[in-house]
Amino acid sequence: MTIVAETSATVIPTGTWSIDPVWSALEFEIEKLGLVTVKGRVPGFTGTIQGGESPSIAGTVDASSITTFDETRDGHVQAPDFFDTERYPELRFESTSFTTERDELTVQGNLTIKDVTKPVELKGRFVGAGVDPYGNDRIGIELAGTLDRTAFGLNWNAPLPGGNFLLPNEVVLRANLAAVKAA
Amino acid sequence: MNVLAISGSLRAESFNTALARAAVTLAPAGVVVDLYRGLELLPPYDQDLDEGTSETPAAVADFRERVETADALLIVTPEYNGSIPGVLKNAIDWASARHRGSSFKNKTVAIAGATTGQYGAIWAQQDLRRILGIAGARVSAGELPVSTAHTRFDAHGELVDPLVARRLQAHLAALVAEAAPLPVAA
Repeated sequence: MTIVAETSATVIPTGTWSIDPVWSALEFEIEKLGLVTVKGRVPGFTGTIQGGESPSIAGTVDASSITTFDETRDGHVQAPDFFDTERYPELRFESTSFTTERDELTVQGNLTIKDVTKPVELKGRFVGAGVDPYGNDRIGIELAGTLDRTAFGLNWNAPLPGGNFLLPNEVVLRANLAAVKAA
Repeated sequence: MNVLAISGSLRAESFNTALARAAVTLAPAGVVVDLYRGLELLPPYDQDLDEGTSETPAAVADFRERVETADALLIVTPEYNGSIPGVLKNAIDWASARHRGSSFKNKTVAIAGATTGQYGAIWAQQDLRRILGIAGARVSAGELPVSTAHTRFDAHGELVDPLVARRLQAHLAALVAEAAPLPVAA
């Protein structure tokens, strides 16, 4: 018998689940100088996970909430050189395919940054379901993937004396998401 | 729309100041280009002076206000030792100190430069683009290198080269288009 990934098995419990940004972490990582990993976090986002036989996930991010935990660097990250948050205040993600195999998740979707929409793939797992101290039904999922920032017009870089560049193009995305069942 | 033009040269007969002055007369219809004169009044940047209990130097407060109230900027730079002059960098540093927020944040800026040599301050313009970007500005695409500047202006500092005049007009038109408010991304 072969086991194939299928969407018919319900892994994400049926229902509409609102992502709770306070219990969740949306983060990105970039390897600066090829030596150190700089992390950023995006506290301002909303999203929904649809459970059941045809799961889906979608969300929007407030670009002005992007932080790398350094005020000077954040000023540059939000400036036209990078996210240009004045003109592009929102980032968006919408899944186009969400497959499950046991608790393992593969999500393909369209990510929009600075009005450029490109497909990205995220992989992760369904962590579980439970009831929180306030009596709400909650689920947890973890997703991660990589993207080429230059595909979205995030091109800024600085040459190094040896001929290399300060920043690579590859950025890692991590989403640890807690969601509450909508009433 | 009002554009603040800044020349990075203090020399009275500077070709860069002459280029900035030419922008005043060649501005597109509906655009007023105002030439800033006061880089020499800004003291050397000193964080103690900036963040201490003493009052902000009047020239600094005036410069910041001029930058912040402008709809867009044109910065014209000579090239000293392959980069921008210290007085210009000093002014940018005063207006972009992070503790109070950068006056250049989201400000659309066009850059230009003139030299009597063959390269038209292109290295200085590259550095200026990088510096302004880090200060939070939106630097519009393209440089305006004016080479052999002594052949482009007459004895009174008037721009007499029609090709440079056309390029400057196109540069200003591109600046205005870039600075015009765009609809918010959906």
